[in-house]
Amino acid sequence: MADNRKGFRSTAGSLVLAAVERIMGIIDIPLRGLQKVAGRTGMAAFFLLPNMAVFTIFVLIPFVINFVYSMTGGAQIFLDQRRYVGLDQYRQIFSCTDYLDPNSCIQDGFWIAAGNTAWFVVIQVALMILVSLITAIILNREIVGRSFWRAVFFFPVLLSPVVVGLIWRWILDRQGLLNFILYEAFGSEPFNWLTDRTTAFAATIGVSVWAHMGFYTLILLAGLQAIPKDLYEAAQMDGTSRSRVFRRITLPLLMPNLVVVLVLALIRAVQVFDEVFVLTHGGPGTSTMYLIQYIYETGFASELRNPGLAAAASILMGAVLVVLTLMQMAASRRKEKKGER
Amino acid sequence: MSTVWQFITRRRGGEGWHWTDIATWVWLIGGLIVMFGPAVWLTLSSFKSPAALSKFPPTILPYVTQEVRVEGFDKALPLYEVKLPDGTSVNLAEKRRIGVIAQMIDPKNPETVHKININDRKPVDMLEFATSNYTEPFLQFDFLRYLWNSVFVTVMATIITLAINSMAAFALSKYKFRGQNLILIIIVGTLMVPLGVIMVPLYSVVSALGLFNNLWGVILPTVATPTGVFLLRQYMLTIPDELIDAARMDKASEWQIYWRIVLPLAAPALAVLAIFSVVWRWNDFLWPLIVLSRSSLYTLQVGLNVYAGQLNVQWQYILAMTVVTMIPVILVFVFLQKFIARGIATSGLK
Repeated sequence: MADNRKGFRSTAGSLVLAAVERIMGIIDIPLRGLQKVAGRTGMAAFFLLPNMAVFTIFVLIPFVINFVYSMTGGAQIFLDQRRYVGLDQYRQIFSCTDYLDPNSCIQDGFWIAAGNTAWFVVIQVALMILVSLITAIILNREIVGRSFWRAVFFFPVLLSPVVVGLIWRWILDRQGLLNFILYEAFGSEPFNWLTDRTTAFAATIGVSVWAHMGFYTLILLAGLQAIPKDLYEAAQMDGTSRSRVFRRITLPLLMPNLVVVLVLALIRAVQVFDEVFVLTHGGPGTSTMYLIQYIYETGFASELRNPGLAAAASILMGAVLVVLTLMQMAASRRKEKKGER
Repeated sequence: MSTVWQFITRRRGGEGWHWTDIATWVWLIGGLIVMFGPAVWLTLSSFKSPAALSKFPPTILPYVTQEVRVEGFDKALPLYEVKLPDGTSVNLAEKRRIGVIAQMIDPKNPETVHKININDRKPVDMLEFATSNYTEPFLQFDFLRYLWNSVFVTVMATIITLAINSMAAFALSKYKFRGQNLILIIIVGTLMVPLGVIMVPLYSVVSALGLFNNLWGVILPTVATPTGVFLLRQYMLTIPDELIDAARMDKASEWQIYWRIVLPLAAPALAVLAIFSVVWRWNDFLWPLIVLSRSSLYTLQVGLNVYAGQLNVQWQYILAMTVVTMIPVILVFVFLQKFIARGIATSGLK
C-alpha cells in the first residue's frame, strides 16, 4: 500500500517534471535566437525585464504621478480628466487658525488622524520595544523547550490582520471573554470596550503590540545570541552582579539591534491600518482614525471623495517615512561597522 | 517531603532559584495564555449556537439547551431542571412564559401545568458542536467563492513572484553590466515606498489598465517584491561561477543555465520566499479592499470584513469563517515556523 502510494507519487512527480522540462525546452528555442542577437550579457536585460516592468508600472509610475496627482482637484480618477489646482490641496491641509487645535483647520480630519497616529506611534512603539525586549531576554535564558516558547510568541505574527481584528473584536465585545474574566474575578459589570474613546484607543495599541511583538522579539533574540558567551563567563568569574552585567554588557552590545528595531517599529506604526480598521473602523467617532484610513477614506470610500487631497496627505506621510528610513539606513550602517570591529 | 521538594526544584549546575527564574516562568506561561488563548477562544466560540453566543456569562464549551418533543405541540420545547415547592427537582418543559412566571409541563404527563418562577429553574444543557456554522456560510453565502478567490490570488501571485524575482536575481548576481548598481538602487528605493503612500495613483494606474474589479489587479502590483529579489540575489551570489562557466563550455544557453543550474541550487531561498509570499498574499487586506468592489470577487479577508461590518453581525458565521481563514496560516505555523523565524532573524524580512 505504502509502496503503491510512493510509486504513484513518483509517477505524478515525474509527469509534472516532464511537463516543466517540455515547457522550459520550448521557451529555450526562441531564447537561443535572442541570445545570438543580444549576446550573453544582453540576456541579463531579458532576465530583468519582467520584474522591472512590474516595478515600473506599479511602483515607479504611481510614485512619480503621485506628485502630479496631489496638484489636481475633482473626483475623477484619471489624471487627464482632472483639473490642475497647483498647491491648493497642501494649502487646504495647512490652513488652520490655531496650529495647536486640529478642529480649527479646514481639513480637520487630516489633523485629527495625524494627531491620533502620533500618539499611537509614541505609545505603541515604546510598549512594543519594552515587551519584545523582555521576551527576547527571557527566551535567551537557558529554558526548557526554547524553540517551543519562541514559537508561542511568534504565532500571532502570521495571523492575517482581519483575523486579528475579528478575534479581538469578539473578545472585547460586551458579552466577550474580557468582560467575563473581569466579572468572574471582580464581579464588575460588562463594559463596552470598543465604544469608549479611551479604551478603544488603548485596544488598538494593545492589539497591534500583541500581533507584531513576535517579529521584533526574533530580531532582538538574534542580537542577544550574537553576544559572545565568554563575556558573560568573565563577568561571572569577577562576581559582577546581574543588573550590572545587563547594563554594561547586554544593553550596549544589543544597542545596534535595538536601534534597528526602534526605527522599523516606528515605520510600521506610522502605517497602522489593517487590524485596527477591522477592530474599530476608526471609531468611536474619529478616536481611532489613523492616517492610512484617512487617506483610504478620502481617496476611495467617502461620498465626497477627493483623491487629490488623499494624494497630498499620502505625500506628507511619505515624507515622514523617508526621514525614518534614512534613520534606519544610518543605524544599520553603524551596526555593520560595529560588526566589523 | 522536603527531599521531594528539593528534587523538584533542584537545578542543573546546582544553583538555587533566583527571583528572575520565577519571573521567567510567569512571563512564559502568561505569554502562552495571552498568545494562544484568543485563537483558542475564537475556535471554541465558533462551534456555539447563536443563543449560546449571546449568553453572558459565556460558557467555555458550546452548550445548548436540551429540547424535548411533547405530544400536542408542533415545536420542540426547551427543557429545564425545576425545583418544586416540596423540595424535589424534576425536568419540565416550558410551554409558555408570562413575565417571570413560566407555565411548565412534564413531558411524560402533559396535562398538568406547573406555574414556576423563572428564578427557580435552570436550563438542562448538553454539549453540542454547531457544525452548521461552518456548512451554512458555504452553502448560503458566497464563502466558497471567496475561498476560491483567495486561493487563486495566493497561488498565482506566488508562482509569478518566484519566477520573475528569481530571473531578476539571476541577472543581478551572475552578470556584470553597466547600470547594474543603478537597478539595485532603484530596487532598494522601492523598498521604501509602501502601499499607503502610492495607493491613490496606483488605483488610477490599475483602473487605466482595466484591472479594477479584477483579481489580476490584486495580483500584479504585488509580485515584484524588492525583498524577494534581495533574498534570492544574496543566495545566488554564493553559487560558484565555475559551475556556470562549465555549463557555458558545454554550449548551454543562458536560459538553460538559469533553470537547470541556478534555480535548483537556489531551492532553499526559493522555498523561504514561497512561504513568505503565501502568507503575505493570503493575508493581504488593504489593496484587495480598494481594487475589489464587486462581491463575487472578494477574497476571504475582504469578505470577512464586509460581513463583520454589517449592522446585525451574524457572529456565529463570522467566527466560523475566521477559523477557516486562519487554517492555512496555522498549517504554515506548525510545519514551517522554523524557516520563517530564520528568514526574519537573518534578513529582517516580513
